[in-house]
Amino acid sequence: MKIEININNNSKCIEINPSETLYEVLHRCGVTSVKKACGTSSCGICTVLLDGRPIPSCSFLAAKADGHHITTIEGVQEEANSLGALMNGEGAVQCGFCTPGFLLTVIAMKKELSNPDEQQIKNYLVGNLCRCTGYEGQLRAVKRYMGVSK
Amino acid sequence: MNIKEYLRPDSLQQANELLSENGAVIIGGGAFMHLGDLEIEKAIDLQNLGLHYVEENNEFIEIGAMTTLRELEMNSIINKSFSGILSKAAASIMGVQVRNIATIGGSIYGKYGFSDLLTALLALNAQVELYNAGLMSLESYLESSMDKDIILKVRISKGVSKAYFECFKKVSADFSVLNTAAAIVKGKLRICVGARPARVRLAKGAMSFLNIIDSTNTAAEMAGILASEEIQFGSDIRASAEYRKELCRTLVKRCVLEVLQ
Ligand SMILES: Cc1cc2nc3c(=O)[nH]c(=O)nc-3n(C[C@H](O)[C@H](O)[C@H](O)COP(=O)(O)OP(=O)(O)OC[C@H]3O[C@@H](n4cnc5c(N)ncnc54)[C@H](O)[C@@H]3O)c2cc1C
Repeated sequence: MKIEININNNSKCIEINPSETLYEVLHRCGVTSVKKACGTSSCGICTVLLDGRPIPSCSFLAAKADGHHITTIEGVQEEANSLGALMNGEGAVQCGFCTPGFLLTVIAMKKELSNPDEQQIKNYLVGNLCRCTGYEGQLRAVKRYMGVSK
Repeated sequence: MNIKEYLRPDSLQQANELLSENGAVIIGGGAFMHLGDLEIEKAIDLQNLGLHYVEENNEFIEIGAMTTLRELEMNSIINKSFSGILSKAAASIMGVQVRNIATIGGSIYGKYGFSDLLTALLALNAQVELYNAGLMSLESYLESSMDKDIILKVRISKGVSKAYFECFKKVSADFSVLNTAAAIVKGKLRICVGARPARVRLAKGAMSFLNIIDSTNTAAEMAGILASEEIQFGSDIRASAEYRKELCRTLVKRCVLEVLQ
């Protein structure tokens, strides 16, 4: 079957197998920043934005993305650079495997929540696991990015 | 999950005809189906059928089957209705990623034992509307073993004066070890216990007894004891039956205190 999707502001018409996940199709299209770990939508590593909202691309059928806008880290270079610099500054990155999904979730959160407190930030990020850092550095970086003072 | 054909019908009638074929299934968000090793001849996506809404009139709030859990969490009508317990139950489920794709229709059809949403919905005495079987109480739907059908919407009466939901999870993104909800619906108290780990049940003994007690503290204490005695609990990787029984006493007591105060 054919789907029409917009990936990082490029419209594409793609032939897919109806069983393919969005993650698989993105990789086929050369968008390899999207990583996959659990394959069960439990870890957040494969997060991409569907019309601006974070979704697990490993469990989302590509067929369902027909007619929608998909954003990966390649599509949010500027925001990713500033958030990435804050993360580096706080020692919040180690192996980096979870980073693209994490950055995308934070970037979506900034658009969705105005003035969140620390608990709201933590709640929003529940679905993004990191096995290296212990989250403290990430939380500091995210709070700075979101402009949260306490 | 292996899908041979993916279809997006333009009418409910067409969806229903397709569903009657062998190996045809409805796809909600697809989040849970993705976990199974399913061989699907025809996957029927309902996304073009206008089942994505939250509507309110004087008597009811209606939620279309394709509404996502994240929308339940964020929708202003749902937030301010039923003491916010539907939003609270939805927000307790996994991360925003799953909640952005999982639907209320899929959550009901699955009748999952671990479900947080079903516990809140059953406490609110929700009704479910199906394409063929029509409107029925969620309670009857959960007990029935029906033919394939399409869930169209959930309807909840506004006669809920107070409600409370509580779940106990070892970590945020895990299944609940137990979840409980209480609500006063048209003046009557309803108490539900879910993730036992079997499917949610009403604690009917506690409900009928409590409807005649005046003292809030005694009622809440008794509710916990009665519910934990009448409900069956099981053991699994998360907790033993004995642990769940103890937890039930506390969580039910908390819920009842909240709704009676
Ligand atoms: C990793 C993971 C963790 C989860 N953790 C929790 C948790 O802690 N607590 C909790 O409550 N829930 C949890 N859930 C379940 C989630 O909340 C949803 O209930 C579940 O994903 C089903 O919703 P869906 O839209 O994805 O349905 P799908 O996976 O698309 O479908 C599920 C079933 O419903 C059928 N179906 C879907 N829509 C309809 C319809 N309109 N009419 C008829 N049949 C339909 C499908 O054919 C299928 O049989 C979890 C899910 C996942 C993937």
